[in-house]
Amino acid sequence: MGSRASTLLRDEELEEIKKETGCEFGQITRLYSRFTSLDKGENGTLREDQVNFRGFMRTLAHFRPIEDNEKSKDVNGPEPLNSRSNKLHFAFRLYDLDKDDKISRDELLQVLRMMVGVNISDEQLGSIADRTIQEADQDGDSAISFTEFVKVLEKVDVEQKMSIRFLH
Amino acid sequence: MLRAALPLLWLPLAGAGTTEEPTREPGSPGEPPPGLALFRWQWHEVEAPYLVALWILVASLAKIVFHLSRKVTSLVPESCLLILLGLVLGGIVLAVAKKAEYQLEPGTFFLFLLPPIVLDSGYFMPSRLFFDNLGAILTYAVVGTLWNTFTTGTALWGLQQAGLVAPRVQAGLLDFLLFGSLISAVDPVAVLAVFEEVHVNETLFIIVFGESLLNDAVTVVLYKVCNSFVEMGSANVQATDYLKGVASLFVVSLGGAAVGLVFAFLLALTTRFTKRVRIIEPLLVFLLAYAAYLTAEMASLSAILAVTVCGLGCKKYVEANISHKSRTAVKYTMKTLASCAETIIFMLLGISAVDSSKWAWDSGLVLGTLFFILFFRALGVVMQTWVLNQFRLVPLDKIDQVVMSYGGLRGAVAFALVILLDRTKVPAKDYFVATTIVVVFFTVIVQVGAPTKLDGERVWQALGEAWRLWERGSSSYWEMQRPDFLDLECSEGLTIKPLVKWLKVKRSEHYKPTLNQELHEHTFDHILAAVEDVVGHHGYHYWRDRWEQFDKKYLSQLLMRRSAYRIRDQIWDVYYRLNIRDAISFVDQVGQQPVGGHVLSSTRLTLPSMPSRNSVAETSVTNLLRESGSGACLDLQVIDTVRSGRDREDAVMHHLLCGGLYKPRRRYKASCSRHFISDDAQERQDKEVFQQNMKRRLESFKSTKHICFTKSKPRPRKASHKKACAFSGTPKDGVANTEATNGKPPRDLGFQDTGKHGVGVGQRMERGGKGQRPITRSLKDLLCMAFTAVILTVESEEEEESDSSETEKEDDEGIIFVARATSEVLQEGKVSEKELPWKSGQGDLAVYVSSETTKIVPVDMQTGWNQSISSLESLASPPCTQAPTMTRLPPCPVAAEEPQAPLNLPSDPRLSFAFPPSLAKAGRSRSESSADIPQRQELQPLMGHGDHTHLSPGTANSHWCIQLNRGSRL
Repeated sequence: MGSRASTLLRDEELEEIKKETGCEFGQITRLYSRFTSLDKGENGTLREDQVNFRGFMRTLAHFRPIEDNEKSKDVNGPEPLNSRSNKLHFAFRLYDLDKDDKISRDELLQVLRMMVGVNISDEQLGSIADRTIQEADQDGDSAISFTEFVKVLEKVDVEQKMSIRFLH
Repeated sequence: MLRAALPLLWLPLAGAGTTEEPTREPGSPGEPPPGLALFRWQWHEVEAPYLVALWILVASLAKIVFHLSRKVTSLVPESCLLILLGLVLGGIVLAVAKKAEYQLEPGTFFLFLLPPIVLDSGYFMPSRLFFDNLGAILTYAVVGTLWNTFTTGTALWGLQQAGLVAPRVQAGLLDFLLFGSLISAVDPVAVLAVFEEVHVNETLFIIVFGESLLNDAVTVVLYKVCNSFVEMGSANVQATDYLKGVASLFVVSLGGAAVGLVFAFLLALTTRFTKRVRIIEPLLVFLLAYAAYLTAEMASLSAILAVTVCGLGCKKYVEANISHKSRTAVKYTMKTLASCAETIIFMLLGISAVDSSKWAWDSGLVLGTLFFILFFRALGVVMQTWVLNQFRLVPLDKIDQVVMSYGGLRGAVAFALVILLDRTKVPAKDYFVATTIVVVFFTVIVQVGAPTKLDGERVWQALGEAWRLWERGSSSYWEMQRPDFLDLECSEGLTIKPLVKWLKVKRSEHYKPTLNQELHEHTFDHILAAVEDVVGHHGYHYWRDRWEQFDKKYLSQLLMRRSAYRIRDQIWDVYYRLNIRDAISFVDQVGQQPVGGHVLSSTRLTLPSMPSRNSVAETSVTNLLRESGSGACLDLQVIDTVRSGRDREDAVMHHLLCGGLYKPRRRYKASCSRHFISDDAQERQDKEVFQQNMKRRLESFKSTKHICFTKSKPRPRKASHKKACAFSGTPKDGVANTEATNGKPPRDLGFQDTGKHGVGVGQRMERGGKGQRPITRSLKDLLCMAFTAVILTVESEEEEESDSSETEKEDDEGIIFVARATSEVLQEGKVSEKELPWKSGQGDLAVYVSSETTKIVPVDMQTGWNQSISSLESLASPPCTQAPTMTRLPPCPVAAEEPQAPLNLPSDPRLSFAFPPSLAKAGRSRSESSADIPQRQELQPLMGHGDHTHLSPGTANSHWCIQLNRGSRL
C-alpha cells in the first residue's frame, strides 16, 4: 500500500504537502493510503465535499501536536496549521455553521443538540446555550465571535486537547 | 472484628488503666457481692471498643492541637507531627508499661486502617484525568516497581557482598529482594498526605498518586512471591516457580481489578433501587466497597486495587442514583474515615518505632537502603519518563521528573509488610524493620517535612534559579506556559514544598470552570474522536468515544435509575452546578454588601440561567435544587413556612406523577390558604377597592402569568421573534390598537393591554427598588424557591392597592402578603379557572421557571437583562382570556422594530406623572438587584392594576407606555 501510495504521489506534491503541514513523509504516505481507501470513487477526492488529498492533509494537520522545535522558530513565517489559533479556528468553524464568523444561538443549539443526549429538553438546551453565549459574549451582540471564543478558552490547554499524538 | 483490632490498640492511656485495674477490680467485680451491686466496674467488657474510641479521640485531639497554630502546620506537615506525637506516646507507654504496646499491627492495618484511605482516594479520583494518564501510571506502577525492587535488592546484596553491611545481617539475595519488594513501593497514604498539601499540577499528582495506588498489586505480588521463595529456601526454587511468580502478578492484579468491577456493578445496581430508603444509601456504598476489599483479600488478590477500581467504577452511577444528601453523607463519611485512619497510622508508626526490641540497627544497611531507594527511584523515573515521552502528547519535563523522584514516598504499607515477615524464615528481619522505620521516617519527615526554614529557602531559591536557567534552553515552551501559578507565600518549610515552589513546578490552578470551557472541551473530544476515525487510527480518543457510547446505551441505562438517566449529561451537569454556585455566591454577595453596594451588581445581573424547573422535576437534581433553595432562604420566614416539609413531599410526588402540570400554584394555594385564607380574604372583601378591581386584577394577574411564562422561555432565541410579535398579541382595546398603528414608539406598546401593564408596572417597581428598605431580603426571597412568585405577585398587587405610597415597608409586608395573595389567587382561580390561560398547566410551570431563572443569575449580564426586558415587553402582549391556550406566541413578522424603539428613548418627562410620588422617586435608582427584578415584575401587574383602577382607561394606557419605555432603558 505504502509503495503504491508513494508512486501515486508525485514528489513535488509530497514536498509541498510536507512543507504546508509539517508532516513527515512516512506519515503522509500512510495517510495517503488511508485516503485512497476512503476514496471509494477512485477519483482522488472524497465524496460530496470534493476533498482532495491536499485538503485532507490540511485538515488533519490541525491536529498535529506542537513540537518543541516549532515553538520558537519561525515567528515571522506563515503560521503553521497546527498553531493554537488555527486549532481554535478549526473548532470555531465547527460551530459557525453559516460562516458569518459568529456563533449565534441557533448554531450553538444545533451543535448542542448533536452533542447532548436526547434526554435534555429543548428548553434546557436553550438555557444552556443562553448561558454559554452570555458567558462568552463581550460586545453584547448575543453571539460569540472568534475573539470571544479565544478569550473564553484562554485557560484551556488547547494545544494538548486538540492534538492527536500519532500525527506527529 | 474488633477483637482483631484489640491487641494492638491496647491503649496507652490504659497504661493508667492497667495500673488501676488491679486495685479496683477486687473492689467491685472481683468478689461477687452477695446482694445487688450498686456500682460495678466493668472495664474488660468495654475495653476493646473503648480503646479504639480513645485512640481515635486522641488522634483527633492531636489534630486539633496541631491546627491551633497555623504556623506549626505550615512548617511541619501533619503527618510528621503525628509521627512525633506517636513517638512521644510510645515513649510514655514504654516507660509506664515497661513494654511496648499498641503498635501498628499488620492485621489491623490491612483490614481496618487501609481500606478507608484507599476507598477515599479511589472514589474521589478524577477519573477522566486518571484514564488520560493511564499509560504513564501503569508504566510507573508496574515497571517502576519491578525496577525498584530488583535494583534495590540486588544493590543491597552487592553492598553486603562488598562487606559494607555488618555480617550480623544474615541475608541472601532472596532476602534482599524480599526487602526490596516491600521497600520499593510508593505508598498511597504518604503520597496523598503530602501531595494534596502541596497542590502540584494535576497531571503530576495523578501520575504519582495513581502509581502509588496501582503499584500495590505489584508490591503485594512481589512480596508474596519473594516471601514464599525465601520460605522455600533458594535451593528449592525451580524455574516453574519463577513462571508462577510472573503469572501470579497478573492473577493478583487483574483478579483484584475484576473483584472491584463486580462490586462496583453490584453497588451501582443496588443504589438504583433505593429510592424509598434513601437513608441506607451511604451505608451501601461503604459496605459494598468494604466487601470488595475483604473479598479480594480473602482470595489473596490485590485488595487495594479492588477497592480502587470499585470506587472508580461505581462513582458515576452511584452519584447519579443517590440523593444529594446521601452524596454529602458519603463524601463526609469517607473523608472522615480516611482522615482518622491516616492519623492513626501515623501515630501508631511513631509508637512502633519506640519499641527497640523489634529492631536492630545496622548503619551500612540503613544508609545503603536510603541511598539506593533515592537513587534508583530517580534513575527509574528518568528512564521511564524518557520512554514514555516518546509516546506522550505532553511530555513530562525535567521538573516533573524531579518531583516524581523526590515524591516517591514510603509509608505505612512498607512498615506493615515488614512487620509481617517471619523471623524464623528471615533471620535479618530485625534489621529490615529498623531500616524500614528509618526509611519511612526519612521520607515522611525529611523528604516531606524537614523544616528547612533556616536558610534553606535561599538555598532552594538559588537552586531553583539555576535549574530554571538550565531548563530554559530545552523547554522554553513550558516556561511560557508556566507564568504565575505560584502564589509565593513562603510559609512552608518542607523540603518538598520549597522544591516544588522553587522549581516552579506547574501547580494546580484553581479557576472556575465555565460552561464554555466545558462545552468546547467536549467538542474537542468529539472532534478528536472523529478525526481518529477518519484517519483510521483507533487511538485513545476513539476508544473513549466508543466507551461513552456503550456506557450511554447500555450501562447507564442498566445502572441508573430512569429519572437520573434521563437528564444525565455532563454539559447539563456543569450548567447546573454553575447555576447553583452563582446562586450561592449571589446570596453571599448580596448578604454582605450594603444596599448601595449591591445596587451596582444588581443592575448587571439577571440572566435567566436557572434550569427550568419542570425539566428537572423528576430527577435527583430536583432534590439538590430544592435543598439548596431552602438553604438559601433560611431567614425567610414566609417562604419557609410556605415550603413546609409536607409541601415538599407533596411536591416530590407531584413532580413524579406529572411533571407537566402546573405545580406551584396549586401547592401554594393549598398551604397558604390553610393558614391565611379566612381572615385575610374577609378583610379584603370589606374593601370596596378590592371588590371593584377584582376583575381587573384578575386580568392583570393573567397577564403576569404570561409575562412570567414568556420570560421563562429561553429568551434570546425567542426574543427575536417575540419582538416581532409584539403586535400579534390580541389587542383588545380599540384605543390601544389605534395607538399601535400610529407607530409612535412610546405609544406602540400601549395597546398591549393588561399584559403590558404588568410589564410597565414591573419596571416601575424596579426603578422604585431603591426606596425599598429590605432589598437584600427580597433578594433572598427570590433566591429561594421560585414557587412563590405568582403568589407574591398577587399579594403585592394588593399591597399596591392599599398602600402604594408606603414603598418602604413594602417588602416586609409583601412577605406577609404572600399568604393573602395566595388566598386571593385561590379565589380568583375559582372564579375564572377555566378561562385562565395558565390553567393549561404549561403557564404555571413557566411561572415557576421564570422565578427560578431570575433568581440564579450570573452577575455581569446587563446585556442579557436588557434583552430579556425588551423581549419581555414584546412578549407581554397577552393572549388573555380570549386566547387562553395560546401560551407561546408564534413569531410574527409585524413591526419587529417596535419593541426596540422604546429602548432608545430618552427618559420621558411624563414619567413622574405616571407614578405615585414615592414610586417615581424610587424609580430613579437603577439599583435593581437581579433578584429584585423578578419580584417586581411579578408585582407589576398588581401595581399597574391599582393605578388602573384610579385612572381612566385612556390615561392608564399612556401610562403603561411610559413605564414600559422606562423599563426598557434599564
